[in-house]
Amino acid sequence: MQKVLSYDGTFEGFLSTVFKVYEEKLSQVDIQRESNVQGSFFGATEEIITNKTHADRVWKGLQKKLTSYGRNQLYYSFLSEMDSIENTLLDYIRQVFDTTENIEKDFSNSTVLKLSKITRSVGREKHRMEAFVRFKLTKDGLYFANVAPDFNVLPLLAKHFKSRYADQKWVIYDIQRNYGLHYNLEHVETIVMEFPKHFDFTKTSEDFFAKEELEFQELWQNYFKSTNIESRKNMLLHVRHVPKRYWKYLSEKQPF
Amino acid sequence: MSFERIKEKLSILADAAKYDVSCASSGSDRTNKNKGLGDAKGMGICHTYTEDGRCVSLLKILLTNHCIFDCAYCVTRKSNDIKRAAFKVQEVVDLTINFYRRNYIEGLFLSSGIFKNADYTMERLVAVAKRLRLEENFNGYIHLKSIPGASDELMREAGLYADRLSVNIEIPTREGLKRLAPDKKREDFIKPMKKVTQEIIQYKAEKKIIKSTPKYAPAGQSTQMIIGASGENDYQIMTASNFFYKKFNLKRVYYSGYVPISYDSRLPQIGSEVPMLRENRLYQTDWLMRFYGFHIHEIVNETHQHLDLDIDPKLSWALRNIHEFPVDVNRANKRMLARVPGLGMTSVYKILNARKFRQLNWEHLKRLGVALNRAKYFLICNSNDFERRDLAPDKIKGLILQNSKSKFRNATSNQLNLFG
Ligand code: SF4
Repeated sequence: MQKVLSYDGTFEGFLSTVFKVYEEKLSQVDIQRESNVQGSFFGATEEIITNKTHADRVWKGLQKKLTSYGRNQLYYSFLSEMDSIENTLLDYIRQVFDTTENIEKDFSNSTVLKLSKITRSVGREKHRMEAFVRFKLTKDGLYFANVAPDFNVLPLLAKHFKSRYADQKWVIYDIQRNYGLHYNLEHVETIVMEFPKHFDFTKTSEDFFAKEELEFQELWQNYFKSTNIESRKNMLLHVRHVPKRYWKYLSEKQPF
Repeated sequence: MSFERIKEKLSILADAAKYDVSCASSGSDRTNKNKGLGDAKGMGICHTYTEDGRCVSLLKILLTNHCIFDCAYCVTRKSNDIKRAAFKVQEVVDLTINFYRRNYIEGLFLSSGIFKNADYTMERLVAVAKRLRLEENFNGYIHLKSIPGASDELMREAGLYADRLSVNIEIPTREGLKRLAPDKKREDFIKPMKKVTQEIIQYKAEKKIIKSTPKYAPAGQSTQMIIGASGENDYQIMTASNFFYKKFNLKRVYYSGYVPISYDSRLPQIGSEVPMLRENRLYQTDWLMRFYGFHIHEIVNETHQHLDLDIDPKLSWALRNIHEFPVDVNRANKRMLARVPGLGMTSVYKILNARKFRQLNWEHLKRLGVALNRAKYFLICNSNDFERRDLAPDKIKGLILQNSKSKFRNATSNQLNLFG
């Protein structure tokens, strides 16, 4: 009978669940995030408590069977938060442990191929965030950016932004998932912020942002226009590179 | 800085710089130092795209658009009646830093009209880069234009601060250059290019012995040629390109479809179309040369001086060399797989990995993302169901064009989407 296992939504929680599956030799399971447990008519739902030791053991086991390429495939796909991704990942993990060879690049295996495609989408989103984050300087000298990525890519961004903006304080905030990364000149930490009611993330209110902030946005917008070659205009191509759903966060796309 | 004044300068000097198509910011190995600002290692990022679909990665501006020369194809030429402006060194530094901190750009691409003389101009470009590196501790990407005729000393200094240096040849033939840019001599372009090539070689040698040798232009050199301004053919363009790649170890050659900007009778008139499809074909050829193991003369040569516009150069080559096909997906080596129309390098890589596990059939190839509508005429795989008809090249071309009409009708070029 199928059993529903619910976990807290973290990667460690997921790995703890995998541990449970192996420990109790469960064959038919449906892993779900706590926040959207659907329950099951017939089976029972069991809540899995995140356990670091268990998670580590599963991860160590995977390290023996996969290179960093395959482990990335797992982690990136996990961050996609796609419906039922946990079950696909479990299927993948089972195949990894059941096969003597390393299967991570067997692109003719449908599970591997599926994960490699999801990994690419998540990777693309990470890359887009690295490109489309637009910092605005606040009155307190902090560079603030808000994002709303399709996938939960914030954990993948810390390293890039830390090594690039080592001498400025910054925050990148995911307004959809309501948490952010904060770099305080020492290290990057996760934060949850409260914003004033009706705070408009697309605007640059003088109440919060530095005086020169709007000037630089205007200069940038100006540059964006000047560097375009009208006789080569190709909006189709433009929109393919910068999909419309990202426009609201790009200062060069804002009407002033 | 005075905002209104800067705004005006920026419009003028960005507008004048936009015809330089290079916007690459990759290939450097400069990392963040002493917790300063910026990091230029790895792949460059396109922070946005212009409405014409080109990557915006660098703040690309001229230091000034005053120029003592009169190159016919250039908006900045002396005889052109336009507004002139000049940035101060510190203004460029401030703009770069402030744009960079907001994650608008990967760095600066600074070029310039020639005012007074080559060295005077080059000196100022170097001054900007130097101030960014030494005073602002900036580790982002810097691309400086090497001014034709600049002295060896200045070029040596430029490479100490810049990641990339470039001289635009613009006109691929000596004869065309003489006609359109009478003030310029080919030797003047070659001189700084040669110096930089030597310095790079020397740097690499010294670095092997002394780790702390200061970096010298880690992202190398590039150049640009204008396409369709001087009546040159594709064979001439690619021959010149090949020469510069080989002789000066260039990282990139850019091909820029000429955008008509004047009524000069030596040039295509204002209103004539920008040859974007041709430009795209040249980029494809360039890629075949650099990444797909083709020799330039396999693609263009004495008897085949023009690239086909209706089909890409790889397909064109395959049709002319139909005796090399079909290729067996499960046996062929990497070199041959890369030559199959419809197979990009990503597909080749996936095939090489996947076939270690099992014999691949059409279904596998389809799922790997191979463009079968083209590849199927050139491949056999683990299936009895392959193209048995002995089709003549013309027939294959017709069938392929029929099935991919929209793509070819849509003549927009894009260097990022090469064999897609
Ligand atoms: S020297 Fe350079 S800027 Fe001056 S006219 Fe010639 S191409 Fe234009």
